[in-house]
Amino acid sequence: MDDLGPAPGIRPRPSLWRRLDAIARASFPLTCTVLLMLLANAPFGIPGQAALLPAIAVISVYFWSLFRPPAMPPLAVFLLGLLLDLLGWLPLGTGPFCLLAVLAFCQRWRRGLANQGFLLVWLVFAGFAAGAATVIWGFASLLTLRLMPAGPAAFQAVLTAALYPVLAIPFSQAQRSLANPERA
Amino acid sequence: MIRLSVPVRQALARLTLPVLFAVSFGVVLLGRVDALVADRARISLADALAPIYAGLAGPLGAVRAGVSNLADLASLGAENAHLRAANARLMHWQSVALALAAENRALKAQLHWIPTPSPSFVTARVVADAGGVYAKAVLLSVGPNHFIRAGQIALAGGGLVGRVVDVGSRAARVLLITDLNSRIPVLLEGSRTRAILVGTNGPLPKLIYWSGGAPREGERVVTAGEAGAFPPDLPIGTVHYAAGHVAEVVPAADLDRLEVVRIVDDGTVAAGAAGSATPVLPPGV
Repeated sequence: MDDLGPAPGIRPRPSLWRRLDAIARASFPLTCTVLLMLLANAPFGIPGQAALLPAIAVISVYFWSLFRPPAMPPLAVFLLGLLLDLLGWLPLGTGPFCLLAVLAFCQRWRRGLANQGFLLVWLVFAGFAAGAATVIWGFASLLTLRLMPAGPAAFQAVLTAALYPVLAIPFSQAQRSLANPERA
Repeated sequence: MIRLSVPVRQALARLTLPVLFAVSFGVVLLGRVDALVADRARISLADALAPIYAGLAGPLGAVRAGVSNLADLASLGAENAHLRAANARLMHWQSVALALAAENRALKAQLHWIPTPSPSFVTARVVADAGGVYAKAVLLSVGPNHFIRAGQIALAGGGLVGRVVDVGSRAARVLLITDLNSRIPVLLEGSRTRAILVGTNGPLPKLIYWSGGAPREGERVVTAGEAGAFPPDLPIGTVHYAAGHVAEVVPAADLDRLEVVRIVDDGTVAAGAAGSATPVLPPGV
């Protein structure tokens, strides 16, 4: 299993600072995701900026649940989904469903996927991006009882897939250094 | 903390996801049953974030202006020539407008016209997009003691932007005229034909249900005062025919780059704007 905890053995009780450091490192992925999501809504005035928010949420959940599953517990993913709904003015429930689906697939395919090279992981992520855009489009259409135009969904899928390296490269650096609880 | 045996913990871990999926569906149902809950949650989150975004808007706007200034440097010469030509044309129109205004004043004096009070408005900064992927709306940062109410009209630069739909203590949300849910009764100024302006979520809303002849290319579109939903004669844009003979309207306000909007107090407008040709003029005109 993934969460067997530290190797058995007797070691001194960690000091307060050490424990705070470990907590900060363990919560880095979630904090980072929330901050990026808030930042995505800031008034940059970029055309198509609205698609940035779901893209960041999907990329974060995918990356961290593949490479550091304890950092993305299901309850936190659910809450991230709610934040996505509220910030992105999506019909309530869309975000939690979409992100939990990403999490569920990542948990199932983690064994095979986490050891693959960057390009293959990105390629699989493109599928996830298309799926997430379709789910959001479907929910938006179903819950407002009106067929939404497909253009924004396609744009969101492409933007999400294209943005993956932009976030995943700093994330994987952070995963080895900043967000690694073992280095506390 | 309760200590559980490993199999129980594993079973619980396996159950978390299905339970959370079920809760998600519960949230979907909650959003359907009581839309107010969602709206209230969104606007209170927006209330908390609006001051932060308003603080960011200054420096970000400066950066954006700097970048666009650099881009403008390249086209400075051409733009100067264009502006000189436009200025000459506008000077001509200004003299025409002044003459017409004088004539209008004289005629009103003859008719014992009851002057219409000019409507009051407040100006608010646009701090964020509030539409997401499938809606067109903007978030305004407003002071804590504002008088903005849902249903008021938002104007920017040359024309109508939309109307206020949600109001919090520090933020207000304006649904743009390009949103899929926007329906506005309009009047084609040249032919006095009535029509409905329908948002499509695209950049240009389209005209449907016109009563008389088809709208002409380039015709000015203004709000119609029917049913008191909108104050009459606010400029919206001009008619443009897209491919497939769809009558669209090019909005006079630059809806993609909104920075400040004027919120018109419709109390004054509803009381006084009936028949006034230019209800909302910028200050100093």
